[in-house]
Parts: sequence; C-alpha cells; structure tokens
Amino acid sequence: MASLDPSMSLANPVAHASLNTPQKLGLAIVGVGLLILFVTIFGLTLPHPALWLATALLALTAGTVLYARGAYLHLPEGIKNNRVWFDSLASRGVLGWLSAVILTGFYVLLYWFPAYLGLGAKGEANTGIVALFDPLSLFFKGQPASQWFVYGALYTVAILAMGYKFILKYRHNRYQIIRTISVMFFQLAFAFLLPEFLLRMNLPYNDFKNMWPLNYYFFESWNIQNMTTNGFIGLFMLAFGVGMIFIGSPILTYFYGKRWYCSWVCGCGGLAETAGDPFRHLSDKSLKAWRIERWLIHSVLVFIIIVTIATLYSFFVKNPDKYAVTKEMFIGITAILFIGLAILLYIRPKYVHNLHKNVKIGAALIMLLLVAFTIQAYMSNAKEVFFVDGAQLRKWYAFAIGAAFSGVIGVGFYPLMGSRVWCRFGCPMAAILGIQQRFFSRFRITTNGGQCISCGNCSTYCEMGIDVRAYAQRGQNVVRASCVGCGICAAVCPRGVLRLENSAMDINERTEAVRTIHIAADQVRILD
Amino acid sequence: MHIAIIGNGIAGITAARFIRKLSDHEITVISAETDHFFSRTALMYIYMGHMRYQDTKPYEDWFWSKNRIQLRRARVEKVDFDHKNLHFDNGEPLRYDKLLLATGSQSNKFGWPGQDLQGVSGLYSYQDLENMEAFSKGLNRAVIVGGGLIGIEMAEMFHSRHIPVTLLVREKLYWDNVLPEEESAMVTRHIREHGFDLRLGEELQEIVDDGKGRACAVITKSGERIECGYVGLTAGVSPNVNFLKNSGLDIGRGIKVNDFLETNIPDVYAAGDCVELLNPKPGRRAIEAVWYTGRMAGETAAYNICGKRIPYNPGIWFNSAKFLDIEYQVYGDVPTSSRMPENYENLYWEHPDGKRSIRLLYDKNSGQILGFNLMGVRYRHEVCEKWLRNGTHIEDVLKNLSLANFDPEFYKEYEADVIALYNKQTGKNIQPQQRRELRRALQFLKGG
Repeated sequence: MASLDPSMSLANPVAHASLNTPQKLGLAIVGVGLLILFVTIFGLTLPHPALWLATALLALTAGTVLYARGAYLHLPEGIKNNRVWFDSLASRGVLGWLSAVILTGFYVLLYWFPAYLGLGAKGEANTGIVALFDPLSLFFKGQPASQWFVYGALYTVAILAMGYKFILKYRHNRYQIIRTISVMFFQLAFAFLLPEFLLRMNLPYNDFKNMWPLNYYFFESWNIQNMTTNGFIGLFMLAFGVGMIFIGSPILTYFYGKRWYCSWVCGCGGLAETAGDPFRHLSDKSLKAWRIERWLIHSVLVFIIIVTIATLYSFFVKNPDKYAVTKEMFIGITAILFIGLAILLYIRPKYVHNLHKNVKIGAALIMLLLVAFTIQAYMSNAKEVFFVDGAQLRKWYAFAIGAAFSGVIGVGFYPLMGSRVWCRFGCPMAAILGIQQRFFSRFRITTNGGQCISCGNCSTYCEMGIDVRAYAQRGQNVVRASCVGCGICAAVCPRGVLRLENSAMDINERTEAVRTIHIAADQVRILD
Repeated sequence: MHIAIIGNGIAGITAARFIRKLSDHEITVISAETDHFFSRTALMYIYMGHMRYQDTKPYEDWFWSKNRIQLRRARVEKVDFDHKNLHFDNGEPLRYDKLLLATGSQSNKFGWPGQDLQGVSGLYSYQDLENMEAFSKGLNRAVIVGGGLIGIEMAEMFHSRHIPVTLLVREKLYWDNVLPEEESAMVTRHIREHGFDLRLGEELQEIVDDGKGRACAVITKSGERIECGYVGLTAGVSPNVNFLKNSGLDIGRGIKVNDFLETNIPDVYAAGDCVELLNPKPGRRAIEAVWYTGRMAGETAAYNICGKRIPYNPGIWFNSAKFLDIEYQVYGDVPTSSRMPENYENLYWEHPDGKRSIRLLYDKNSGQILGFNLMGVRYRHEVCEKWLRNGTHIEDVLKNLSLANFDPEFYKEYEADVIALYNKQTGKNIQPQQRRELRRALQFLKGG
C-alpha cells in the first residue's frame, strides 16, 4: 500500500478526485481571479484597474463559494475528510510543493522586494499588482495603495471566502460555525476596515485586536508618539492596548483558555482556520517536534521581551521629561513585574505542580537576569540596556521574526508543515497566552470515560501537533499550553470522546495523570 | 521472568504496558501482522484517506525499546506447553516463563461456495486492508455480506472511493439483532441517504468464480446475480484459535479462561477477542470481541501475570460506534425490540430530523434506570455509569439528565424534550433541574 503515493503523480496529481460541475466551474472562476493577480504580479499594469480589481476579487470569492457548495452541499452533514491523504495539494504532493514555493515567493517579494510587486518609489505612481489595488485604497482613504494594503485586502478575501467553505464543511457543528463567523468578523471589521477608516480620519493606524507582543511595534517610540499626540482616540488606543495585555487578556484566558484569541479573534489564527484548514493534518505530532516547539516559541518570547525593554528604556532615556512615566518608574514596574512572576513560580506550587524543576529555575533565572540587566544599565547611566543597540535589535527582530518567521515561513509553509507553524513554533503572543492557559485557566479538553478507541483522528487533525490521543486513551484531560481550542479534535472523534470545557471546580486537578484506569488502586491493595 | 505475549492488538499491548508498570520482567510481544501496535478500529480511515498507517499507531516507535518491550515479527506455528517453548515460521524458538494468548479474532465464513476465491475477504487485519486496496483499482462494484458494524464500515470505505456498494443483510432492518427497532430504522434510512444499495432480508447463496480463481459476481438466496469484483464477508468474527487446537489447551469456541483469565494450563493466560469466559457476568456474553473489553482484559491479565490476583470485571456494559455520520453510544442494558423483557419500559425520543435519538430504559415496577441508547447525541460515560450503578430512579435521572450531555458547546440540548415526552406519556410533571455544565457534572460525580 505504501508503494505508490498517488499525491506525487505528475500526470494525474489528484488521483481519486472526481469533481462535479459546480466544483469545476468554481475552480475555473477562481482561476480567472488568480490569473489577473498573476499577470499584475509579473509587472503588467492593467488599464481600468478598478474594473480588473473588482473582477479579480469577485472571481476569487464567487469561485470559492461555488466550489464549496459543489463540494459539500450534496452530501449529508458530517465529517468530510475522505481522500485527504491522497490529495496532491493537501498531502505534500506535486500541487502542495508547488503552492508552497509560490506562497513563499510571494511573501519574499512582499516583505523585502515590494518594488517588484509594483510599489512606486517615493513620489512615483504604483505599477503592477499594487496599482491594481489603487482604486480600492483611494476609495477607502484617498491615498494610493501600498504593498500592505494589497496584502490586507487579499488576506481578508481569503478568510471570508475560505471561511464560507469551512462553514459548509462543518455545517453540522455549531461551535465551528460560530467560531468561524467570529474570525471572519474580526478580520473584516477590526483588521481591515477600521484601520482604513482611522487613516481616512487622519488618525493613527491601529488594529485593536493585534496586541503586543504579536504586535511587536506597539511600544516603539514612533507608535507611542503617534498615540500620545492624537488626542483622546490616540490615548484610548494606548490605554486599550496596555489594558488588554495586562488585564483583559489574562481574564479572558482564565475563563476560556487562549482560544478566545487564537481561534476566535486573531488574524493569523483566522487565516490558519479558514484558508489553512485543508493543511491542518500536516503538523508534526512527534515528541521531538513538541520539544523543539517549547524551545523555539519561548526563545522568541524572551527575544521580544528583551527588544521591548531595550526599546522602552531608550525611549525613556531620550524623553526624560516628556511623559508622566519616567525612566525610574519604568524600571520599577519592570522589576516588580518580573520579580513578582519569578516568586509566583514558587509560592503557587499547586498551579505548577507538574512543571519540571529545570523549567522553573530557568524561567525564574531569565526574569531575574532581565531585571538585573536593566538596573545595571540604569546604575551606570548607559544609553542602552543589554549592551546592545536597541534599534539594531529591533531591526533584527522585525526581519527574523516579524517577517521571515511569521510571514514567509508561517504562511508559505502551510502546504508543507500545516497551518499553524507560526502559532505553534514562533508566536510570542501564543507563548504568553499558553503559559496562562497552562497555569491559570479553567480551560481543558475532557475525555469521555473509557470510550476512546485510540484511532488517532484527534491527533491527526490537531493543527498544533498535539498528540491528543495520548491523553484521550488514558482518560486524561488535555491541558496543553499550545492548544488553541479550535475544537476539531472533538468534531472528528468518531466515538464522541472529547469536549472543550471551562470549570474552576477542579482547576488544580485538571492535569492529573490517569483519571480512568479500569482497575481501581484500592482493589489491588486489598488483594495484595 | 520472561513473559511472552502472542498478539500485538489492544489486549496484548495493554497487558505488556501494565506488566511493565508493575514489574521488571522481560517482555516479548509477538505478531505476524505488523511490526508495531496500531489501532485496528482505524483501518477504515487509512483506506478512506483520513489517516496514514503511521497515524494509527498510538505510540511512537521508540516507545517499545524505551519501555523494554521486545517486539518480534513472526507467526507462531506451535506452542509447546510442556517445555514452555514457542515455535515460529521463522527464526529460533522462544522460551517463556508465562504466556499470554491475545490472538484476537478472524472473520466468519459460513461455508459459502466460493468463499475462498481471490477478491473475497473480511475486514479485520492489516492484510485484509491491503487486500481491499489491491482489488480497488477499477473495481466495478463491491458486495458486502452481513449487517453489522464492520459491514457498514466497509461500505463507507468503498463509497469514499466512489465504488458502488451493495449490502446483503439477513435482518429486516440494519443491525436489528443488536439495536432496538427505531434506531435500526434510523441507520437503515441513513445508509440509503448515502446512496448504498441496501438489500434487507437478503442472504448470500454463492460467490461466482470468473474462471481464474477470482470472484466476479454473487448469487443471492432469492436467485439474483450481482456482478462485482469484490465480496466483503462481514458476518461477525470468531476467536482466532485454530493453531492452538489439539494442543492440550481447553478450547470451546474460544480459549476457555476462569475469572482470573487463567487457562487450564498453568502459567498460560488469555485475554481479548480470543477468550471464552467460563463464568461471564450476568447479562454478559462469554465472548465479547470489543475494543474496550480487550483493553480491560489486558489490564487484568497483567495484574494476574504479575502475581496480583484480580478477577476480570468488565463493569457496566458500554460501547460506541459510528454509522456513517451518526454516532452511537450505549450504556447499560439495551436489548433489541424483539428481546425486550416484560418489565423494561422504554422512553424513546427522536429528533424530527430523524438522525438523533435518546432512549432511556427503566424498570416498569421499581423505576430503576437500566440503560441509555444514544444516536447522534453524546452522553457522559461516568455520569450514566453512576446512575446505572446506583440504580437511580428514572425521574431522578430525568431531572438531572443535562449532567450527562457531552455534546460540544453551543449544540442544541434535547433533555427538556425528553422530559416533556416522559410527562406526556405518564401524565407526570417532572421539571429539569440541571444545565449542561462541567462543574455540575463534577459535583455529581464527586458527591456520594
């Protein structure tokens, strides 16, 4: 059976597919939309861009809608995973590799060579695909488009159209429907329309749902200045951003787990859950991958914290009297925060009872070092903390993490490593929410007594690469930092074993090892 | 001490894992089927493309050496019980101190003409799956004989590859020898909704040879000839014990074992599908070829092999399955309509869409709850089990029924409809007192 991999066939890459008429028509219409985008990516500047743009976006959306209706509506409601591992696009076949290269290439152009997409040099008119989007940008804010406007618009169309497809695919499942409507709404309203509207009103660009540290420039001086010089709305943005980081987000995560953000609100999560859904099973479930994940994501978190402290430190050094917050206050708050967290690791052992000792020591050490460095810089009156140029560090973060990791690899590698590469291995926001979820949250996935048959559907379709089955077959709750609460494991389970739940009652016992062993411990002792 | 386990299915592997937890004994697991343990229940998902073979392995390959469980890929030809030696089709014989037989099942064949032709097979082993795969290319039609859980799985498998399927089912409704009538009717409707050619009250007469030793058609009892390139035999399974016959081991339909899963030969134990219990619990069968009982028996065998004598107790009956898109769960005693005892009262609620139902069985006289049968609705195992164990009164169960609901968040809840139906049938006025919530379920489970 393993001898022939149908997904690698060049002549017939979709070996088992049989498309019906609406599907074929839908694909053809999507093809027209893609063709328009492709010719403009290759530098062609089309006349009547408004007409072509409308045609392209409409074709992409209508084609996807038509395809989805053809794919799902004639079938009874239920799980639709037939032939997933035979599909060339969805199982790293010819189409999968091809689309990975194209996607990755697009991101490389977007981040580092926008001129090739047609972004006009200072003062010059746009050409190519950026020019194609000029009419829409002019309509929204009276300015020509940038490469980021192009990206935002396409991103939104992808979430909306593929979100519709996702809803039809899971139309028997109300949790999936409501969750998908939520990510579609937040992308359209908060990530796309509201920021454009703000720009039109001559206010600073702000995506309210995009929090630090995912939004790594939130504490950069230009952004702080932007927010503090734009009246009430600017100050509101600042207060809302800080409030969400320290109050709103921990409270929501306590009640619902990190899913309130990662699979209900976040834009990266939104794309992963909709356009990325056909690739969710490609995540690596091995123990080794989990080990790499923990090192990588927490390293990125430490990196962004260092960058942010360095940025804020030099901001306060450069603006000694401009703001109510002084350098001393900033250092004080930082010290209290991190020393407090380090102490918390030790005085609340209940919440951290099966955390490895090395991890505890490591985390405490890093936090105390951060404080020590900051105080050292202050005492020696240095301009820079951590002995490095903050601006340089910022640049490196923006390049390596902000662009290469989250964009190029994060989405470009969908067809190779699954839809959550960035969320799982890199996102510092997911890291923080994950730590909260692991230690201070009511959220867990419970398992239904002894009903697990170890089939592996849950693990296979976990986009975060969690080996859900390992927990389910032992009757153990799933409490994992990385779980984004998408609920697909519970949906694909053929025996109804998994359920996403919140309860404070057994919050300290959520992670207890084995809940349902068939032979009770006392039964053994009596007979011993 | 060296413990040999024949069979790397759920019973054998569970035993190996628990022996490792309990002791430092040397463990060897022998299988002719695959190198590593995989979930047999997931075979269908490999064929349908939901998973690959490696995804069906519950433990990564390094797990076995890390836990010092030796794996040997070989077929046991003969067990020399006198000298405690295993003889294989390849390689050196293996000496053991204690032996666990966990050899599983084989598909039933009832002597049909042509049952051994090429393109005729059950669906039990990995080799059966390979066989199905080999015959699938260009297949014009598959005929499946037998109306059980495997029959419908096989039909779903072929259907996923757009291969037309005919099902020959002896019963008048699908699986009505296990399910009550309404649930059988629901499954029957659902099978037809998917477009399968379902022939009820029909049996296999013979399988036709194409002249080259391969099946090309079946002839039914009613005389119809159906052209097909593949015949699936899914009329149940029976213990896989042929190679052990006439070896001194006490074998009936399966390997006979006492409450401690001991066979008639000292130091030889048996667990799982291959076992025939000498003293099954009241209301239970001597042979139960189910994943869950295999797991429980494997665990019990491990304790007994390690010298902690514990009787096998499978507890309150439960099972689950999925009929195409309809999930099925059962807790407690749910007889078929034709075998329903006199004192059993049924409270059966069905959703207007005909794809969801809740059945509660209780004693007419005492009001004690006896069983739950769920279609398209998920109920919490532990909650149902506690009610059944305590013999809770039906009205107390109804008042608290939402505690059992395990459907995902935002799903519509039907417990109020069930209660309304009870009130309508009895003229009583029971009111729901609970909501679906983990906190409440935990409170109930932790309370006395």
